Formats: sequence, C-alpha cells, structure tokens
Amino acid sequence: MRGVIGGGASAAMALVLWAGLVRLFDLPRFILPGPGAVAAALWRDRLLLADHAATTLTEIGAGLVIGTLLGALLALVLALLPGLARGLHPVLIVSQTVPVFALAPILTLWLGYGMAAKIVMAVLIIFFPVSTGFLHGLRRTEPGWLALARVMGGGRWRILWHLRVPAALPDLAGGLRLAATYAPIGAVIGEWVGGSRGLGYLMLMANGRARTDLLFAALLVLVALTLVLRAAADRLADRLTRHATGS
Amino acid sequence: MTALLLRGSALRGGRVLLRDLDLAVAAGQWTCLLGPSGVGKTTILRLCAGLANGVEWRGRLVTPGPGQVALMAQDDLLLPWLSARDNVALGARLRGVPPDLAQADRLLARVGLAGRAGHKPAALSGGERQRVALARTLMEDRPVILLDEPFSALDAGTRARMQDLAAELLARRTVLMVTHDPAEAARLGEAIHILTGAGAERIVPPAGPIPRAVEDPGLLRVQAALLARLRAGVPCAA
Ligand SMILES: Nc1ncnc2c1ncn2[C@@H]1O[C@H](COP(=O)(O)OP(=O)(O)O)[C@@H](O)[C@H]1O
Ligand SMILES: [Mg+2]
Repeated sequence: MRGVIGGGASAAMALVLWAGLVRLFDLPRFILPGPGAVAAALWRDRLLLADHAATTLTEIGAGLVIGTLLGALLALVLALLPGLARGLHPVLIVSQTVPVFALAPILTLWLGYGMAAKIVMAVLIIFFPVSTGFLHGLRRTEPGWLALARVMGGGRWRILWHLRVPAALPDLAGGLRLAATYAPIGAVIGEWVGGSRGLGYLMLMANGRARTDLLFAALLVLVALTLVLRAAADRLADRLTRHATGS
Repeated sequence: MTALLLRGSALRGGRVLLRDLDLAVAAGQWTCLLGPSGVGKTTILRLCAGLANGVEWRGRLVTPGPGQVALMAQDDLLLPWLSARDNVALGARLRGVPPDLAQADRLLARVGLAGRAGHKPAALSGGERQRVALARTLMEDRPVILLDEPFSALDAGTRARMQDLAAELLARRTVLMVTHDPAEAARLGEAIHILTGAGAERIVPPAGPIPRAVEDPGLLRVQAALLARLRAGVPCAA
C-alpha cells in the first residue's frame, strides 16, 4: 500500500514537472506535448492504441511462452549431459555477446513483415536469461540431497524431476523476471525495423506525421504493458520461491 | 558375519585422512563409532554408502551392494517443498514405485509426529525434522543402516525415547551409528569403536541387550571409560 502511495506521489511529481517544462519553455506540441495533450491523444485514439497494443502483446506472449519452453528445455538437457554442456559453453557465451537487436533486420529479411520476426526476436531475448538462470539452479542442488537420493537408488531422470527441478524453480523464476522486462523491447524493435502493426510501428508512424502526442501515448501504453508483465512475473517468481522453500 | 569391512587408508587430494584403519562391523547388531570432530567419522559412513566424493580408498573395503543401505546424515536433508509424509515416502518416488503413504503415516506416528504428517519442514522444529528424517530412514527398510549423529538435535527426553524406538525398530539390523555422546554409545552399542588419528580402537561394551537402562552400573562404567578415553585424546598420527 505504501508502495502504491509512493508510486502515485512520484508519478504526480513527474507530471507536474513535465507540464511545467512545457509551459516554461513554451515548447511546441510536435517537440514535447504536455501531459494534457498526451492524455487527450490517449483517449481520442484509444481504439487505435488498443488494436496495436494487442498485436504487440500477442508477440510478447508468444515469445515468452516459446522462449521459456525452449530455454527450460535446453537447461534440462545440459543438466543431464554435463559433457555436452562443457562443449556448448563457449558457443553459448559467444552467442550471448551478439546483440539480438542487430539481428532484427536479418530476421525481417528472412521471416517477412508479419508477427513471426517479432516473436523470434522476443524468443531470442528470453531464451538466454531463462536457460542460464535455470541451468545455474539445476547445477547447484544441495549435494546432501543428491547423496541421499543416490543411496535411495534414484535414477538420473527421477532425481532431476523430483529433486533438482523443484529446487531450481526460484532460479527459473529469476530468469523469467528478466525475460518479462526485455521481451517487450525485442518485440518493439522488431516492429520498428519492419512491420505494419504493433505499438513500435505506431510510434514510428506517429513520429513521421509529427503526431508526437500519439507517440507519447503509445509509449505510455507500452510502459504500462511492461509494468503489468513485470508484476505478473514477480508474482509468479514469489510463488515459485515460496513453493521451493516450503514457506 | 562381517557386514562392513574397512581395512586400509583413506586419502583426499593426496592427503591421508584415515590412516591404517581396521574396522569390521558385524552383521545384525548395533555398532557405535565415537571420535573427535573432523577425525573422519562421516567420511567412513559415506564410504560405506558408496559415496566416494573425492575420497580415495587404499586397501580392502567391503560394503553392501547398492539397494542394501539406508543413510541418515547429520543434517535432516528434508526437501522443503514436500510435506513430512512425502519426505518420508521420497525413496519410493525416486525409484519410480508407488509410495506406501499409509506406512509413511504409521512411521510418523511411531516417531511421535502423528498430527504433523501434512506439515512442511519449515513448520517443524529442528527436533521434529530430525524425527521425520528417522522415519524416512526406517521407511527405506534396508538391511544395513548408517546413522550419522541422528539424535544430536533432540532434547534429552526426546532423545531417550528416539533411542528406544530406533533400537526396537532396527533390532537385528546391521546398524553403524556415529555419535559424539559416550552415553548414547554405551546405551546402544553392541560393539563400540573409538576413532582416532591412529585408527579405530575397540572398547568392550556394557553387558545386556539394547537399549540399556541409563542407570545400569555397567553402562555407567563404560560411559565413564569412553569419556576418559575421549578426553585424553590421541596425538594425531598424521
Ligand atoms: N567435502 C570436503 N572437502 C574437503 N575436505 C573435507 C570435506 N568433507 C570433510 N572434509 C575434511 O575431512 C575430514 C574428515 O571429515 P568428517 O569425516 O566429516 O569428520 P567427522 O564426521 O569425524 O567430524 C575433516 O578434516 C574435514 O575438514
Ligand atoms: Mg561428521
């Protein structure tokens, strides 16, 4: 509750500062529209905004689901095959240094202007934090538990499923939190590079037509969307962590 | 009949951990292993359980095959996300057979946790958690049981009750119990060894069946002798 009040207070202060700046320097609308103008655009173009937000949200959602599944799967395979993990380690390190955003034009070239390229962008961004976070957790299972499980006669797969996976859920959740923050960026950059739908496309179009108020409105929607995603990821992470610690 | 035999030396990273050990554990009785901290008692139990983890054994090592041993470690090692009941039944799940939850509940009742079967470890006290770990060990129903200071976290009254219970439920099994408590060794040991840097030394246990009465004069004499022996210590051979 105090967080909500604090957040509200700082948002109000930012609004006042914003409105003050626009007044003080008498900024034209196409450079920086005031909060009132953005709010008006938000209302007037609500259907347009909602339509494009739905596209972006779909891309993010699909990217999150596919990226999480693939990332978790890779972590499980590498946890079971440490030899393969050692071999793949340098590949993974190098692949993580490739800025995914730089791939956006290539993906658009390969996959076209539709949703696929944006989803793949989001998948690429989500995949690594999820797989490295989960694998890290799978690798540091309490050694005493593993010894006990071995004496009990547990097989590798069952030990993985009953012991290592539940114990690593908080680490998977940590990866998901990162993923939820970065997935929208991936989708929007994909839309910038090539597309005819989504909040990223709408911002680019508004910019071209000097509709700076609409650009800011789209930006606000994107921020709100990211915050909601992030809050959902936080809640999931809390639940997984509470489950793993039994509290 | 000898169930466990360790004759030789244990090394970790080239350093001698246990020198010239000669420890034979007879089948079908309780053997207690006493000794100062860090002398290698836990290492011996792990060797018996087939958990090498960086320890190299030079000499003869006779241990039961896989599936013959149950191990109760110093820590309770309960899985925090499972209820007490599911922790007790963990072994069956790891082996891929349907767990006998009714038996798990019976064993929990035997260790005095009838009303706690559904509780997660975080909701249990340290002593209660150790009793769940004991129930899990009993649930495994193995011929050879390795206990590593199993009752050290319990209050005196509970400890005495758990000793009685374990002695009853594990009668005629091969039990190797590590303890730092001379009273416990004198109460439960049908064979007693003190482990020092210079090997294992055999101490004659009190007469009579276990669990022995704490006021038994024979028990008190052995307890005093064990304590004197531990206090004197032995210069480390290494
Ligand atoms: N995982 C480990 N790595 C390195 N040294 C260890 C490890 N575990 C135990 N030791 C060392 O081995 C010796 C014997 O340990 P341990 O068998 O646990 O003794 P005890 O159970 O008698 O207290 C100690 O000196 C301890 O510090
Ligand atoms: Mg120990």
